[in-house]
Amino acid sequence: MTDDKDVLRDVWSGRIPTCFTLYQDELTEREAEPYYLLLPRVSYLTLVTDKVKKHFQKVMRTEDISEIWFEFEGIPLKWHYPIGLLFDLHASNTSLPWSITVHFKNFPFKDLLHCQSKDVIEAHFMSSVKEADALKHKSQVINEMQKKDHKQLWMGLQNDKFDQFWAINRKLMEYSPEEGGFRYIPFRIYQATSERPFVQKLFRPVANDGKPHTLDDLVKEVCPAAIPPEGGEKKYQVMIHGIEPLLETPLQWLSEHFSYPDNFLHIAIIPQPTD
Amino acid sequence: MPSTILWASDIWGKVYTLSTDGQQWELCKDGQLEFKRISAVQACCWGIASDHHIYIYVHASDLPIRYQEETYENQRWNPVDGFCERLLPSDRWQWSDVTGFNHQPLDSFTLPSPRWEWESDWYVDENIGGEPTEKGGWTYAIDFPATYLKDKKWNSCVRRRRWIRYRRYKSRNCWAKIPPHIDKDQLPDPFNDISVGGWEITDEPVGRLSVWTVSLQGKVWYRENVCHDNPEGSSWSEIETPSEVIQISCGPDDLLWAALWEGQAIVRKGISRNNPKGISWDVVEAPTPGEGIMHVSVGVHVVWAVTKERKVWFRRGINSHNPCGTSWIEMVGELAMISVGLNDQVWGIGYEDRGVYFRQGVTPSELSGKIWKAILVPRENDRSNSGSVSSINSAGCFFGEEVKGQTDSIIQSDVDSEAEQTQLQEFGPSVSDVKETGSQSAELPVDSHEEAASPSCDEVPTNSKMTRAPQWSSIDLVEARINALQPPDDANNLSVFETFPEGTEDSFGRDIYPLWTWVSGGSCLVDSHNSLKWFNLQAGLTTSMQSMSLSITPANTAMWRKQIFEQLSERTKRELDSFRHYEPAVDQSVWVKTGTLQWWRDWKPYKWIDVRVALEQVTANDGSKDSILFIYYTHYDEKKRTKQRWPVRLAATTEQRCMTGLLNRSCCEMRKVQGPPSHQAIWSTTCKGDYFGLLTDRYMWSDASGLQECTKTSMKPPSPQWSWVSDWYVDFNASGGTDRDGWQYAADFPSSYHGYKTIKDFVRRRRWARKCKIVTSGPWLEVPPIMLRDVSVFPGRITKDDEHIAVWAISNKGDVLCRLGVTKQTPSGSSWLHVGTDQPFISLSVGGCLQVWAIARDGSAFYRGSVSSSQPAGDCWYHIPSPPKQKLQQVSVGQTSVFAVDENGNLWFRHGVTPSYPQGSAWEHVSNNIRKVSIGPLDQIWVIADKVQGTHSLSCGTVCHRLGVQPMALKGQSWDYGIGGGWEHVTVRGNTGYQSVQSEPSSRTSMDASNDGKKKDPAPSTESEGPSGSAASS
Repeated sequence: MTDDKDVLRDVWSGRIPTCFTLYQDELTEREAEPYYLLLPRVSYLTLVTDKVKKHFQKVMRTEDISEIWFEFEGIPLKWHYPIGLLFDLHASNTSLPWSITVHFKNFPFKDLLHCQSKDVIEAHFMSSVKEADALKHKSQVINEMQKKDHKQLWMGLQNDKFDQFWAINRKLMEYSPEEGGFRYIPFRIYQATSERPFVQKLFRPVANDGKPHTLDDLVKEVCPAAIPPEGGEKKYQVMIHGIEPLLETPLQWLSEHFSYPDNFLHIAIIPQPTD
Repeated sequence: MPSTILWASDIWGKVYTLSTDGQQWELCKDGQLEFKRISAVQACCWGIASDHHIYIYVHASDLPIRYQEETYENQRWNPVDGFCERLLPSDRWQWSDVTGFNHQPLDSFTLPSPRWEWESDWYVDENIGGEPTEKGGWTYAIDFPATYLKDKKWNSCVRRRRWIRYRRYKSRNCWAKIPPHIDKDQLPDPFNDISVGGWEITDEPVGRLSVWTVSLQGKVWYRENVCHDNPEGSSWSEIETPSEVIQISCGPDDLLWAALWEGQAIVRKGISRNNPKGISWDVVEAPTPGEGIMHVSVGVHVVWAVTKERKVWFRRGINSHNPCGTSWIEMVGELAMISVGLNDQVWGIGYEDRGVYFRQGVTPSELSGKIWKAILVPRENDRSNSGSVSSINSAGCFFGEEVKGQTDSIIQSDVDSEAEQTQLQEFGPSVSDVKETGSQSAELPVDSHEEAASPSCDEVPTNSKMTRAPQWSSIDLVEARINALQPPDDANNLSVFETFPEGTEDSFGRDIYPLWTWVSGGSCLVDSHNSLKWFNLQAGLTTSMQSMSLSITPANTAMWRKQIFEQLSERTKRELDSFRHYEPAVDQSVWVKTGTLQWWRDWKPYKWIDVRVALEQVTANDGSKDSILFIYYTHYDEKKRTKQRWPVRLAATTEQRCMTGLLNRSCCEMRKVQGPPSHQAIWSTTCKGDYFGLLTDRYMWSDASGLQECTKTSMKPPSPQWSWVSDWYVDFNASGGTDRDGWQYAADFPSSYHGYKTIKDFVRRRRWARKCKIVTSGPWLEVPPIMLRDVSVFPGRITKDDEHIAVWAISNKGDVLCRLGVTKQTPSGSSWLHVGTDQPFISLSVGGCLQVWAIARDGSAFYRGSVSSSQPAGDCWYHIPSPPKQKLQQVSVGQTSVFAVDENGNLWFRHGVTPSYPQGSAWEHVSNNIRKVSIGPLDQIWVIADKVQGTHSLSCGTVCHRLGVQPMALKGQSWDYGIGGGWEHVTVRGNTGYQSVQSEPSSRTSMDASNDGKKKDPAPSTESEGPSGSAASS
C-alpha cells in the first residue's frame, strides 16, 4: 500500500527537463550552446538557474549583461511563481524538454519583479509561508517557530533537502482532529487566459453541513466555467503538480499533500488540448 | 485498532451498543428483555433486568468456552480376578477425584445450568505426563495413595485411570439468567446495582472477573469463581458493609467504591491477587456535608462521583497506595449517572436531557479530561433522528456560563460560526472551571437553556423534526416506568435514585430524542489514536462521513487517492524517465547532520554514555546515497571518533527521534531497502524492554542479570512509537515461581531462585513489569478479536490468487485454531475454526504438504492427521512423546523437516519423517543453547542461539544459520554464527528462494558492495540493534 508520505516525496521530487537557449538577439562572442537542466518543480527559476547564467555569461561580454530573465513562447516567466506552476500554466501540453529562452536585456519590468539576489526570493517565499499560516492557523504555528526553523524551511527548499524541509513543514500541516482541517485552505487559482493573475478567496476545508469540501467545490466557487457541464464536453484541465486530481479529492488532503513549499495550493486551469 | 463497544440502556430498558468506529446505536442482539442496570467488560456484559434477576450476555466468538470435568477410576488386584473394581474397605471409592477422598461416579456429573451442553461422552485420557500409555490409560502403584507409574510391575497392586468429559457454554450473544441460589434461606433480596471489573487483579484463572452487586436492602454481594470457562460464576457471598449501600463500582484493577444511603462513599481496602474480595472498608465523606453522594464510578486511577444535587465531582490523589484519594474537585455539568470505562475514559448521562455524554480529553496526564461532548448518533431503525439529535444539541446546552460566552462570540464574529457551533454541543472547558471543595465563591451554573438554544436552532434542519411519531409512543408510560425502574416489593423508597424526579413525565412525551438511563464504558477502549465519529450531527449515514477520515485505512482506498498515485507515477515516466541524464539544477553535495544520542559502550565499564554523532550523507552521481555515522566519545580523557565499521548500539530519547528516523532512512537508502520487503526477507524481533528484577546487592533496581541498573523511572518504551499502557506491577510469572507477594528467594546473588523461603536463603528478588504498546498506521492490520500466543503460516509458494493458505494459531488461552478463507487475495481470512485438544497448547507450526505439528503445555508434541485443502482442520491428533526427560516448548516444520526446542535449550530433529509415516520415529539431538528455531520452506534452519562467543563476552540472542543442509542431510553440519546479540525471534519461513520481481539484492551483498566502493573511513553500522526496533514486534 502506498503511503501518503510517498506523495509528499513524489511531489517534492518532480522535475521538468528544460532546454535553455539564449535569445537570438543577445550579443555573444561565440555561439552559445543550449543548456539542459532538470528543474525542480517546487522551486523558483532564479533560485536554480545559476548554472544557466554562468553558462551563457561565458560567451558574452560583461557590458552586454544585465538582469537575467526567462521567456517561453513570448511570455515572460514570473520567477516568483513556482516552476511547476509556470510549466503547467504555459507549457503543459507541449513537448519535452521545455524550451526556455534566456534574456539578458530589455527586462520586462511591467511583467516581472526584479530579482537581484536570493534574499529577494527568500523574502518572497517566507511571506507566502506566513500568509498561508495566517489562513490555516491564524499565524499561530509560524509565529511559534524560531528563526532557525524559518531558515531551515528556506534552506531545505534551496538545497533540495526534502527531510530538512519537512522536519519543519509538518508542523505547518498540523491541525486538531476536532476541527477537521485548517481554518481556511491557502490556494491560488491561475488561468492563462484570464486578465487577473490569479484568484484567491477564503475557503474552508469543511462545509457548513460538516461535509468535507472537495476540489470540485472549490473550482465551482472560484471558476465555475472550468467544471464540465453534465454530459457536456470537458473544456478545461484543473492541474496541480502536472496531474489532474479527480475533482472529488478532498481539499484538506490536497492542502496537506499537494501544496507547494510555500504552503499554497497553486492550481492551474488551462484549456483542454484539442487533439 | 479493532473496534470496541459502549453499552447503554434507555428509559424503556432497551439495551443498545455503539461501536467506536460506528455511527449509530445498535439494538442489542437479544432485545427481548428490559434492563435497568448494565455493566460491561470486554468479554461479556452483566445486567439487572426488570425482573430484578441478574443476566449475563457473553459475546459470540470463534473460540468456544469449554470446561473439562474429570474423575478417576480406581482398581485393586487380587489373585482371583486380577485387577477389578473390588476394592478393600479401607480403599478409596471406585470412582473418585484425584485425591481419592471424594466419591465421583460418572453419572454424578450434571450440567451446572441449562446454559451448558456436553461436547461428547466420557472417555479415557491416555496421555500421562506427556507420554501416551496405549494401555487403556492405566497407571500403576503399590498402594493408594502413591506414585503412579505408566508400567505395571510385579508389585503393582492398584491402578487408576482418568476419565474426562468436556462441557460447552452455549448461550452466546444472548442474555442468560444467572440461576438463583438453591438454598432459599440465602436468597438475596432483589438486586439493585451491579458492577463488573477486577480483570487486572490477576490473570489466574484466565478471564477472572470481580462481579459485585447491591441488593435493595443495601447488602453487597460478591460472585464467586467468575472466569473465562465459568462465565456465570458459582455462588454469591455476602460482604459486610458499615451501612446500607445504594450503588457500587468496581474498577479494572483493585479500586472498588460504593455509595452509602447516608451519602458517604466507602472504599474497599486490601483487594489483591490473593484476596480479590478485599478486607475492610474505609469511609470517604461527601464533597459537601449537605450533598450526599448518589453515584460513584471508578477506573484504574480515577474516581468520579455524582451527588444528589446531580453535581459531578472528581476525586483527587487516587493511586494504588491511597485508594481513598485526597480531595474532591467539582466539575462542570449535571449528570444523572457516570461511568468510567477502559483507559479511565468517562461517560455520563446528562441529568436534564438524558443524553449520553463523553468526557473528551482524558489522558494519563490529565485524568479529569476537558469537556463533555454529547454523543449525537442516531439509533438503529430510528428514522426520526435527524430531528431528535438536533434537539439534544440544543437541550444539551444547559450549563450556562460557557454557552453564553459562545453565543456572544457568534454575534461578534461570523467568521468562526462553524467552530463555535460545534462547541455548543460541549459544556466548555472544565479545567479552568474546577473549584475546590469548600470554596463558596464560585457561582452555580445558570440555566440559560433558551438563550443557548436559539442560535443553534437556526442551523438545525427543522424539516424532519417531529414528522413521525416515535416508535415507542404507544407504550404505556406508567407501566413502563414501573417495569423498568421500580421494584415490585416494599422497597419503593430505595428506588428513588433510578427513577426520575416528578414532573419530568411531560418531557418524555414532548421530546422525541432517546432518553437514556444507564451507560457502561467497561468494554469501550478509547485513546488518543481513536477518531470517534460520535459527535457530528448528521442525517443518517452519509457517504461523506466516510471520506472525512483522511487517514489510510483499507476501507479508505478511495478512487481519488488511487488516481493521484497513478498520475504521479505517470508524471515521473513522462517528465523524468527519458531525461535522467540531464544535469540536476541543485547539486546534492555532502550533507552533515549532527545530534546527540546515547551509545552503549561495549567494554568496561559497560554503560550508556551521551555522545555527539554526525551523519554524513553523500549523493553519488548515479543518485544513490551513502552515509557514514561518526560517534564522538572520550576514552581515557582522549577525544575519539569511531573509525571502524562495527555494530553499535544506540538509544535515543523522545526528543532525539528526528535523528533515529534519519538513521533508519539512511540505512535503508544505503542498503537500497525500499518498497515492500523482499520475498526472501528473513524477519526477526528483538528482546528489548521485557523485564527486570530487583536485587539488593550492587543495584537496588536492576535488570535480570543484576549487572545493569534499571530504575522504574529510567525505563523507557523501546521507541517513541511505543507508549505505556499500564503502571508498574509485580510479575508473578517469573520462572522458578514466586511467593504470594511475588518474591523469589536464593542463597545469594546470582543464583537460582525459588518461590519459597528456606533457612538457607539470604536474598530475594521480585520482577516488576509494565506493559507498553505500539500503534502503527500500517502495514500491519489487526485480526480481531482473539488474542494469540503463536501463529504459523504455510511456508510454501502460493501461485494462485484464490488458493487456500493454511494458517494455524494458538490463542492466549491455549486453544488451537485454524484460520479459514485465507488466500493471497484475502490474507486475513474469514474466521477461526476451533480445533479441540485435551490440554492447552503452546506452540504450533504448519509445514510443507500441510503437516501440522504442535506442542502441548505438558511438553509433548502432537501431529495433526489428515489435514488437506478439503479438510483444513484435519481429523485427529497423534500424540508424539517428547525426548526423554525433556519438555518441548517450540516446534517448526519446513518442507519436510521437523525441529523442536525444549525448555533447556536443546534443539531436536525429528528422525524418520516420511510421506507415508509423517509422525517420524525418534527425536535426535542437534545442538544446545538454542532459544528459538525457524525452518524455512527449503528446510533452511535458522535459530536464535544463546551463549555464543562474541568479541567481548558471551552474547545472548544471536541469529545463527545452519550450514550443510542437504536433501539427504536435513540436520545440517555446523552453525554459521551471525548478527550479534539481542534478538528474540527470527523467521525464515517467508524465504521460498524464488526471486520476486521487485526484490532488491539482500542486505548483505549491498553492504559488501558499498564497502568495496568506498575509500573513506568505514562507518559503524547501525543496523544491528537500534532501539527504534521494528514494527514486526507488535
